[in-house]
Amino acid sequence: MIGVGDGETATRITIMSHYHEFMLNMKNPYLPIPMVVKKAHVETADRMLRTLELGFLNEEDSKAFQFIPGQFCELSILGKGEAPFGIASSPTENGSLKFTINKAGTVTTALHHIEEGTEVGIRGPLGNGYPIDLFQGKNVLVIGGGFAFTTLRSLIAFFLHPENRNKVKDITVIYGARMPGLLLYKEELAEWEKRSDIKLVVTVDQGDKDWKGKVGLVPNVLEEVAPSSENTYAVICGPPIMIKFTFPKLMTLRFPNERIYTSLEKRMKCGIGKCGRCNIGHLYVCKDGPVFSYAQLEKLPKDY
Amino acid sequence: MKLKLDKKDFNPFLQSLMDEYDLFAPVQLAEGVSVYKKIDRPDEVDLSTSNPQKPAKEVFFPQSEIMFRYEKTGKQHQVTSTEGVERKRVILGARPCDIHAVSLIDHVFSGKEYTDVYYANKRNATTIIGIACDHPLSTCFCTSMNGGPFSREGSDLFLVDLGEAYLVELLTEKGMAFSQNKFLKKAESNDLNLGREIEEKASKKMDASVPVEGIEKRLDQMVESPFWEKVQEKCIGCRVCTYLCPTCHCFDIVDEALTNKGQRVRNWDSCLSSLYSLETSGHNPRSTNRERTRQRIMHKFNYFPKNFDRIACVGCGRCILYCPANFDIRQTIKEIQKGGDK
Repeated sequence: MIGVGDGETATRITIMSHYHEFMLNMKNPYLPIPMVVKKAHVETADRMLRTLELGFLNEEDSKAFQFIPGQFCELSILGKGEAPFGIASSPTENGSLKFTINKAGTVTTALHHIEEGTEVGIRGPLGNGYPIDLFQGKNVLVIGGGFAFTTLRSLIAFFLHPENRNKVKDITVIYGARMPGLLLYKEELAEWEKRSDIKLVVTVDQGDKDWKGKVGLVPNVLEEVAPSSENTYAVICGPPIMIKFTFPKLMTLRFPNERIYTSLEKRMKCGIGKCGRCNIGHLYVCKDGPVFSYAQLEKLPKDY
Repeated sequence: MKLKLDKKDFNPFLQSLMDEYDLFAPVQLAEGVSVYKKIDRPDEVDLSTSNPQKPAKEVFFPQSEIMFRYEKTGKQHQVTSTEGVERKRVILGARPCDIHAVSLIDHVFSGKEYTDVYYANKRNATTIIGIACDHPLSTCFCTSMNGGPFSREGSDLFLVDLGEAYLVELLTEKGMAFSQNKFLKKAESNDLNLGREIEEKASKKMDASVPVEGIEKRLDQMVESPFWEKVQEKCIGCRVCTYLCPTCHCFDIVDEALTNKGQRVRNWDSCLSSLYSLETSGHNPRSTNRERTRQRIMHKFNYFPKNFDRIACVGCGRCILYCPANFDIRQTIKEIQKGGDK
């Protein structure tokens, strides 16, 4: 088994090149950086979501990897393929990256079976990320549903970090899941609940005998909490059905489209705007997104 | 610089190229099936047919291309990239439309943030010898798309077939590297006159009536138009138009594995396939042929122009020539210009 930084990690990517005169001296964006699965645990009661914590194998890769919340990576298991995942950890949590993976297809199933200590490849950080500069000095309302909470977790953890907490004013989080067992990051939610510098409302569609928290659908809870739209940016990620019913409530609260952001998913391959797969109109989700404002989206074809 | 290559010297000339370069040129694989291929023997090269079925983009962006090989030992892996180019390359006999198309997809594969090194390395290592298109087909409309059968744009050298010889124009620094080639002789004034005559004749044959002026703006208003229902009716989704299109650049990336060894490969892909946008969840953002045919047309005439200020069609006519359902993109362009729903 190999650990992080155990000396086994000299450059293990070689480039077969014979004709240097015309070779560009540039980085090949398709080659994955080697990382190792440091920890893995199942997040949810249905066992469909598993969180992996990955450590860099090369010091220089670790240094070069600078990201902002909302960016994603292509995770690669050689022989199975690659798939894109939002980064669930915050840039303030140095040294490793977290991803929460829904078991759905070939790559995600392999990532559910992978053992701690195994090497994986990543390419990234990719995409634009949340517009954290725009949020400076404003209130931030975060609305999440189900397992779309991953990059929202990154965003919240980023702003809750002592270095960043004073960059934004009030942080309000409404997070819902179908059942208590399907909530992600439960320990962290419990910690946030204790803090006074974040207003966290966790809700489930249906409780169980142990559930002491709120029961109700996200759109209804939003209506109840009724955060002011004044000086506030909203970030919403969740299943389409949640977004469909939550969006009108944001309108009622007078959030303008320019101040509502979401992160889109689309089937993508290259992640760098070449393979053509993830376009919505002239924009590519991988390179121009995945974060878009509703003001942007209303001008594009509904190709998502 | 204008030189001349006698046809009797053609094969020795090719051999002289092959001594220094990997040579790619049109080859007839079977009756009527012509492609650009790496040449092993000069007599394989066949410039007699009209434009090869598969476009010249294949030299830079192969239909199927290994990106890297890997080997796993225990829990570690070793990755070996195949981005390198083994030798300098020459592509000979590419038509102006295909060369124009390469200059368009250059914009996609280069970029401020990310350069596609697989494409860029091949592109930089390649000298392009274009050939004048002296017999344009009835499906050709390059002159409507900022091109022309004798357009030298993008060529390093340019050939004009004079019958007994080729007129050889050296156009760039890469092209001037051939000025000392012993098979290239000085062109006489009657050769130049003959070249001009052939050029005029070819230009007259061109269908210059495909109106693309303002098509991007027109399409901005047509995203939800019922027009796309009509467009999709004729398309059977075979995707031949996208595979043979010299500007289509979409690809898929897949792993091919054998226990501990394998390779990552990219393959041409097509937006006209229902699998192209199908997500694992079962959701498909382009679930019908309407959205897919719209994507193809919009990409060429609206999205690409928005991103790169150029239309992504060069008028080579392959999509018209090889469509099993007689879909004619020239007709579609004309209908769009009339507002679509007429």
